[in-house]
Amino acid sequence: MIVDVNAHPTYAYTGGRPFDPTRPVVVFIHGGQHDHSVWALQSRYLAHHGFSVLALDLPGHGRSGGAAIGSIEGIAAWLLAMLDASGVARASLVGHSMGSLVALETAARAPSRVERIALVGTAVPMRVSDALLAAARDDEPRALDMINFWSHSTISARPGAPAPGFSIFVQNRRLMERQRPGVLLTDFAACNAYATGFERADAIACPVLFVLGQRDAMTPPRQARELIERCRAAAARSGLPAPTVVEIPGCGHDIMAERPDALLSALRDFLASAALPPPPA
Amino acid sequence: MSERDYYGFDTLSLHAGAAPDRETGARATPIYLSTAFVFRDSDHAAALFNMEQSGHVYSRISNPTVAVLEERIAALEAGVGAIGTASGQAALHLAIATLAGAGSHIVASRALYGGSHNLLDYTLRRFGIETTFVDPRSPDAWRQALRPETRLLLGETLGNPGLDVLDIPTVADIAHGHGVPLLVDSTFTTPYLIRPGDLGADLVYHSATKFLCGHGTVVGGLLVDIGRFDWDASGRFPELTKPYDGFHGMIFSEESTVAPFLLRARREGLRDFGACLSPMNAFQILQGVETLPLRMARHVANAERIAQFLSQHPKVARVSYPTLPDHPDHALAKRLLPRGCGAVFSFDMQGDRAAGRRFVESLRLFSHLANVGDARSLVIHPASTTHFRMDDLALAAAGIGEGTLRLSIGLEDPEDLIADLETAFKAASRAPKA
Repeated sequence: MIVDVNAHPTYAYTGGRPFDPTRPVVVFIHGGQHDHSVWALQSRYLAHHGFSVLALDLPGHGRSGGAAIGSIEGIAAWLLAMLDASGVARASLVGHSMGSLVALETAARAPSRVERIALVGTAVPMRVSDALLAAARDDEPRALDMINFWSHSTISARPGAPAPGFSIFVQNRRLMERQRPGVLLTDFAACNAYATGFERADAIACPVLFVLGQRDAMTPPRQARELIERCRAAAARSGLPAPTVVEIPGCGHDIMAERPDALLSALRDFLASAALPPPPA
Repeated sequence: MSERDYYGFDTLSLHAGAAPDRETGARATPIYLSTAFVFRDSDHAAALFNMEQSGHVYSRISNPTVAVLEERIAALEAGVGAIGTASGQAALHLAIATLAGAGSHIVASRALYGGSHNLLDYTLRRFGIETTFVDPRSPDAWRQALRPETRLLLGETLGNPGLDVLDIPTVADIAHGHGVPLLVDSTFTTPYLIRPGDLGADLVYHSATKFLCGHGTVVGGLLVDIGRFDWDASGRFPELTKPYDGFHGMIFSEESTVAPFLLRARREGLRDFGACLSPMNAFQILQGVETLPLRMARHVANAERIAQFLSQHPKVARVSYPTLPDHPDHALAKRLLPRGCGAVFSFDMQGDRAAGRRFVESLRLFSHLANVGDARSLVIHPASTTHFRMDDLALAAAGIGEGTLRLSIGLEDPEDLIADLETAFKAASRAPKA
């Protein structure tokens, strides 16, 4: 569906079902240089299993208008505006890579709007190497090759996604090259500059799921450890359950495509766990 | 961090799409001869049918052995995916049936494999799909043939049998200017010699029966989507960009930004037409692909030796091989096919049809049959076999004469092949017995 947000059309894939904001809402937030289609399997499944889903194309990405937003804080503010425009009072947020930072930031700044957050392939800080930033600025095709190679643990993921016979490796390359010029540098610079992740984690007052790829070379699991501990401490202070951490053996950064069922299983269990009391006013 | 950012061709030929079997540890790809696959539970069954989860349901739609081959050829062609089909003809039909219907129009090179020509010029017309055949060397001819209802441009990397080299960048530009994709048959070349997608083609298909399999054992086809064509921007393909009643109102271009064509081709074309690839055949083709780079290098080296020999032979009027300087596409071939022009080519021998028959029947190492891309060398007379339905005018336009013979050069010692040909020339020149 298309929703106008801040005067720009925003596309959201609704999983093959009409969007109904009265049902539990799950918002999927893609990573840098991606669009909604990276979530095709997980979002379609949840849309047919009791949830309403919005798999977004962030501004300047995919089918959405406007320019890419240059900070995680800015994207989080935009996301809240997107929820308003869609009539969504409260949602669970699922973010991958850059999108995981957006989920974290949004949950911290608007706890009354966020039911749960699932951080997939995440790291704080999410530093981008100088070499990759330079390539993103000066030689985008080269940067896309580097990202694609580092994002996959294998050239033989089984079964393929979204179906057998698809090359997840080449699909990711083609998807990235579809984005508009300059988006890559904007996205990666936003990740690199996001400096308040730990402070935001300290303020998290909702259940948190981490889904990490054991062989993720873009956001290695060790770079999520401090974030997990911060979320664990925040949960203890709030009387919430400790974060759930699912580390998928042998999986790279492209978790949605490399191990779609393992990710879905983690999301399904997390989203289906007992409803929580409303947050303090 | 490694400086490498992808795997080389030889590595992909061996590894892409295949991992050791999780259950048994089998290192080679097992042949999954199973018609159907057990669901974990009712929810899993429903999710697989509704494309909420990936997996195998029924081997007409997908099969684990076939999927390895599909993903391997996709990696080698730098495509977003592939579909294994019962034959190369089935791959061509699947591509057309996914994009065209009654009232649609195709522009095709007139230098096509005879079977492709039959499909386009006779059979598809019966279903309301018209084709205009053009001189593949004439950009103006491609442009002038375009109509509002044109849905596809089609050519072969190396035209059959004269080896016209398709100027893929030019024809792709013409196609894209009209908002339609370019489909290329790369059977003669394989991704070892050319990757049409790198040059602008949008869809690539193979008769995998030929060099990909490489041993003359099984029939199969592969259809690859390069994933660059923007179906939404084109606006000419509601099959991919509007709700499809035949699959729960799915809008394929929303499900997959880069591969809606493949989704529809599998979910409609394989489902409904059913021309799927057997896992046994897929296994045989996989064995061939593992040695594709080694074999293609030898095929090409042998072919260049034989073409050179024939070009200097007094009984030969003409050799159509773009590696030779007198071929009209020699310069284009050097640019687009730097590793060589494959191992299939034709030549015109002097003498009448009877001399040609004596020549073919005198060969000992070359097998007289209707195939190319075998490890063994092959020979055929196109005018009386592969292209026999074409009239004289069409034959001449495709560069085929009464004395044209097509060779597919195998992996034998080239000296033995030359000796075999020389013996046959002598036999052909002898007067027939009274």
